[in-house]
Amino acid sequence: MPKNPEIKKVLVIGSGPIVIGQAAEFDYAGTQACRSLKEEGVEVVLLNSNPATIMTDKDIADQVYIEPLAVEVLEQLIEKEKPDSILPTLGGQAGLNLAMELADSGFLKSHGVKLIGTTPETIRKAEDRQEFKDTMEKIGEPCAASLVVHDVESGIAFADEIGYPVVLRPAYTLGGSGGGIASNEEELVEILKNGLRLSRVGEVLVERCIAGWKEIEYEVMRDGNGNVITVCNMENVDPVGVHTGDSIVVAPSQTLGDKEYQMLRSAALNIIDELQITGGCNVQFALHPESFEYCVIEVNPRVSRSSALASKATGYPIAKVAAKIALGYTLDEIPNAITGKTYASFEPMLDYCVVKLPRLPFDKFISAKRTLTTQMKATGEVMSICTSFEGALMKAIRSLEQHVDSLLSVDFSGETKEELTARLHKVDDRRIYVIAEALRRGIPYDTIHEITGIDKWFIDKISILTEMEKRLKTEPLTGELLAEAKRMEFPDGVIGRLTGRAEREIKYLRDKYGIHVAFKMVDTCAAEFAAETPYYYSCFGSENEAVGEKTGKKVLVLGSGPIRIGQGIEFDFCSVHSTWAFRDAGYETVIINNNPETVSTDFDIADKLYFEPLTPEDVENVVELERPDGAVVQFGGQTAIKLTEALMRMGVPILGTSAKDVDAAEDRELFDRILEECCIPRPAGHTVYTCEEAIEAADDLGYPVLVRPSYVLGGQGMQIAINDQDIREFIGVINRIAQDHPILVDKYLRGKEIEVDAVCDGEDVLIPGIMEHIERAGIHSGDSISVYPAASLTEKTKRVIGEYTKRLARALHVRGLINIQFIVSNDEVYVIEVNPRSSRTVPYISKVTGIPIVKLATEVIIGKTIRELGFEPGIQPEADYVAVKMPVFSFEKIRGADIGLGPEMKSTGECLGIAKNFNEALYKAFLGAGIRLPRTKKMIITVKDADKLEAVDIGRRFEALGYKIYATRSTAKILNENGVKAVKINKLEQESPNLLDLILEHEIDLVIDTPNQGATKSHDGFIIRRNAIETGVNVLTAIDTARALVTSLENRKEKLHLIDIATVRNRGITAEGGK
Amino acid sequence: MKAFLILEDGTVFPGTGIGSPKEIISEIVFNTSMTGYLEVLTDPSYAGQAVVMTYPLIGNYGICREDMESGKPWPDGYIVRELSRMPNNFRCDDTIQHFLEEHGIPGIAGIDTRALTKLLREKGTMNGMITTNAAYNLEEILPKIRAYAPRGVVERTTCKEKYTLAGDGFKVALLDFGAKENIARSLNQRGCQVTVYPAFTSAEEILAGCPDGIMLSNGPGDPKECTEIIEEVKKLYHTDVPIFAICLGHQLMALAMGGDTYKLKYGHRGGNHPVKDLQTGRVYISCQNHGYVVDTKSIDEKVARPAFVNVNDGTNEGLSYVGKNIFTVQFHPEACPGPRDLAYLFDRFVKMMEVKKDA
Repeated sequence: MPKNPEIKKVLVIGSGPIVIGQAAEFDYAGTQACRSLKEEGVEVVLLNSNPATIMTDKDIADQVYIEPLAVEVLEQLIEKEKPDSILPTLGGQAGLNLAMELADSGFLKSHGVKLIGTTPETIRKAEDRQEFKDTMEKIGEPCAASLVVHDVESGIAFADEIGYPVVLRPAYTLGGSGGGIASNEEELVEILKNGLRLSRVGEVLVERCIAGWKEIEYEVMRDGNGNVITVCNMENVDPVGVHTGDSIVVAPSQTLGDKEYQMLRSAALNIIDELQITGGCNVQFALHPESFEYCVIEVNPRVSRSSALASKATGYPIAKVAAKIALGYTLDEIPNAITGKTYASFEPMLDYCVVKLPRLPFDKFISAKRTLTTQMKATGEVMSICTSFEGALMKAIRSLEQHVDSLLSVDFSGETKEELTARLHKVDDRRIYVIAEALRRGIPYDTIHEITGIDKWFIDKISILTEMEKRLKTEPLTGELLAEAKRMEFPDGVIGRLTGRAEREIKYLRDKYGIHVAFKMVDTCAAEFAAETPYYYSCFGSENEAVGEKTGKKVLVLGSGPIRIGQGIEFDFCSVHSTWAFRDAGYETVIINNNPETVSTDFDIADKLYFEPLTPEDVENVVELERPDGAVVQFGGQTAIKLTEALMRMGVPILGTSAKDVDAAEDRELFDRILEECCIPRPAGHTVYTCEEAIEAADDLGYPVLVRPSYVLGGQGMQIAINDQDIREFIGVINRIAQDHPILVDKYLRGKEIEVDAVCDGEDVLIPGIMEHIERAGIHSGDSISVYPAASLTEKTKRVIGEYTKRLARALHVRGLINIQFIVSNDEVYVIEVNPRSSRTVPYISKVTGIPIVKLATEVIIGKTIRELGFEPGIQPEADYVAVKMPVFSFEKIRGADIGLGPEMKSTGECLGIAKNFNEALYKAFLGAGIRLPRTKKMIITVKDADKLEAVDIGRRFEALGYKIYATRSTAKILNENGVKAVKINKLEQESPNLLDLILEHEIDLVIDTPNQGATKSHDGFIIRRNAIETGVNVLTAIDTARALVTSLENRKEKLHLIDIATVRNRGITAEGGK
Repeated sequence: MKAFLILEDGTVFPGTGIGSPKEIISEIVFNTSMTGYLEVLTDPSYAGQAVVMTYPLIGNYGICREDMESGKPWPDGYIVRELSRMPNNFRCDDTIQHFLEEHGIPGIAGIDTRALTKLLREKGTMNGMITTNAAYNLEEILPKIRAYAPRGVVERTTCKEKYTLAGDGFKVALLDFGAKENIARSLNQRGCQVTVYPAFTSAEEILAGCPDGIMLSNGPGDPKECTEIIEEVKKLYHTDVPIFAICLGHQLMALAMGGDTYKLKYGHRGGNHPVKDLQTGRVYISCQNHGYVVDTKSIDEKVARPAFVNVNDGTNEGLSYVGKNIFTVQFHPEACPGPRDLAYLFDRFVKMMEVKKDA
């Protein structure tokens, strides 16, 4: 069936800000789908509130709206752009829910807009618990005994009937939000209440617990003609009970025989057929480990994290094919882009093993519970490919960027067998290391299997790795042993440690014995057909397939690894744009990255893709084959920067700013000297190595001081100390992160925080715009609301900032990007941080100013000057729009995480509000971040002493909006004294009704709670904030954020003015330079 | 124990010997299925060949004897990247290592199966030798390797005597050219009483049993070698008994009716081959195992019309005989291993018998 000619203009809905459970995979899918649609000559309108995405580029869609994902916005957008169709299956649950609301309200019908890719009936059948169950029953596909409940009482009754434990799954939530396993009535009540609240329709499924069964997923596709195929199946190493997003996943399934494999495959196809899905779909099964009994857990009638993983694991571009199917094509009409010879109507055959590991955020949330449950907690993931499971697991571990490189990296050797056995019962992110230690200590497979439910095949594989550790420790390192260790992907460094040799020596021995890495191609067909797509993975003991021949100039682009807090999708945006810019300049491009969720690991972004860990050894393997003319590290965040030294040792020139200058920006003494030479002030500070020195430094500077390790990401380990005790505690924490680098102690200035991204060609500096943070210094820039243009600065201050930026960029010999953070305090401009590389704000500032910063930076790196590129250096004229970047958090997913904001970054994503004026932009930003107020018009204010006076003004303004204010004793007193009516409410430890009661009774829609800085944070405050978050109450922990919110509520508008980013013209570009 | 795979072009893959230590020469073919290695091993169509599994991890769930497609493994040799040292599955009865030893089949593990597959893809199917003799002399053995051709494989694989699977439905005569058991099972599950005949049974004897339908099975080797069988098939064509044929059976019917077959460069072996039903336009994922194929151009359109085509390379995947109750397919609707998407063809065959009976 050829393309449907009626589809001419398609609206694609993105997934919004990155939150746990909905991450970069939707940018990957969305970008691929938009390109696929445009290929077919369809006009694409894009809506996504996330400015850090590639899909919101004007070269990806025709009209781009970075606007809140809200019903009112979507309605206005449809009225304005008049698309004939909406493709809702690319924006995850958020996009799907939004499209459903419009379908349900009849808006789509009355405006003549069709949902393509999937129908509302299909979505309902798949997503509505009862309809889903009925549908499965109709076609004879078993589901676990379950009941949809709308209240707690029915839940209790049903659980009594089927027996505990039971699983709870709220309908229409992402990443399993609000779900869990309850082993008794008390737990049931707690989880169920929360789940009912989080579900869009207030319903939760109570289900027979099938924990311990194998969890198997199938990615299936269907076209309008009814053709169905399976792209891939995947097996979770962790049995049912851990969310698949938090599980170790292997593709294809390893422990299923053909009978089991085909039984589930047929079931998956049966289901997609009954649901009449046109496009991709994910089906999750639980399979009894000792029989053929299975049940369907869940169906996602859209692209998903799993489909992104399946695409990367097989080379089959699910989103691209799904988009073509939505236009009316059938699978046998769509060519397989990898082979160029076959068609999309086939099933990929793998001749390798793929392992995915979740990237969990417990390094950021030290107080959080590490337990893994049916609620997803991972912020990202890594994938690795190898010819064996052992090798793939080892490669995945060292891809995590968590200071781990083998199963020895988390040390449990000090524990007794009893302690280890007890630990095995605990399902957390370190369980695999516990299993390894248990095996080293001789705990039998059967015991481990009985406790963990993990298939003995996987346990044996882990044992093979621990046996190799032992052999390396005890046997002479023969060529044969070394070859076997490399086949299992033991890094040289680990082999060195186990054999008591230097890493270089292992490399020397490998060369001596002729043990070389080989690169193999991912070709979708197990070599049955010749493939042209240069998508490679490495292994040992094989013949190399990749050809490193050079035709012209070649550049190596290093990706940014897994998405984690502090290093998000924005660095993938930068890597991809840089790759494109190099390509446009005639370079051959080579990418190394290991994150399956990203656009950069799509096989058609660079000329060659190496899906590999980003460690010096792995990178060196690629370098030795490809011999690039240079590597670019400034776009891949800290992951890439960290490889600089190693690359230089390999003889690869670093393109752009040199490593020496990057160091200068990080090295306190060097940097101080540069600042001095440039006559730029910075807050006074000292570099120290010990706790005593730190206390001395603080006494000298006067409290409060900022304490942080050098060379960190997202402010990790950074704290504001108000007394000696704080310092002692913080230094302890910093030392735990095992830093080789010194510790910085600075005077803390509570001024206005300003941020600048600039491009420097070595001489001239271009500043696209100056951004101002709403929160004053002390809150990590990634967690602050950032406003462009910086309206509150005087012209003089702006000039000073421009001048300082120029001086610093020149002094550091920057070629490419530089990011500088300033504090403006009492009209004085101080520099607080300089990063001579791309930053989190680059995508956003590029989009709102219309200046393609990454492209410019790349061309500058290649050797062009800013003037040659047609730009006038200096601060560019301000845009006609105000843009507000709003951080978005995933606190409700991480039990036990402290939500109080501070110098350490905690947000997982961001959204943008863009408008002609500040107030509307701010309103849009809050709306985009999901803060929909007012509801109950009741709020709690409890602020630290320093904020009390400002709280009065804010309280007054909320009161004027009709809010009833509750406040704790001292805050209430100040408010009442200043004529703001506030009801005094008891603190936690006091009798009811107290703060907690109010929150838990869903009386409150907003809490403003500004915690004291320092270690002596009130435990009460923590409990209040956690409970509020888990009850779905909005909590603000900075007084400046609260002021911004009230401003936004005061300026609430029914009618929003939507802005097409694609029409924002490049600014500052001269006529002759424009292109 | 070290072992070597030596191809007729002189390429040598050193690896580790598995199974029996004996030396064999055979035709080397590759299979891309990711599961179902036991079904592959026990598929009689592999008689006279040594099979390479492109999926690198083999033996993970061990041997589940009830999954065997015939009484024993048939390949001359077995070539894998890695054999699991500890299979695990609730039905697991044995390990592959032991199974191969028990049946005297040699094999080789630890070789780069992808490199081997690419070689076979580029140069076409080749003969090869698996040996544990490190002192091999290429000059001496290469001519022997090149001279090998699988012969008499249908005789080897077919049942020796006829037998019957009880059923109270239609009576089906199944001609066993090296049949996978799931063909008889699939019919039996649909109520058919299946009588399995040795390959060289005469048409007269088959018809004497008054079958409601005749099933021609899959089997190994070059179809043109089966001249005697082709003569009998021709006689069956001229009756009005509904006939359904799979793989070798499909090729023999085509040859019987004046068509031609040729050898594919490296065959179709795996569980992911898309075939299109030309009547409905629907595409199905099929299980395949064949080195020879019917030449579509050689088929007189007054005799038969293409019913299925391979989406990847356009080769013939099925024929529908004009004016007859006969249809034949190249792929394996009985699956095992592989997708069961085409199992409905057995229903179609039952329907054909029903219509015939009612008429």
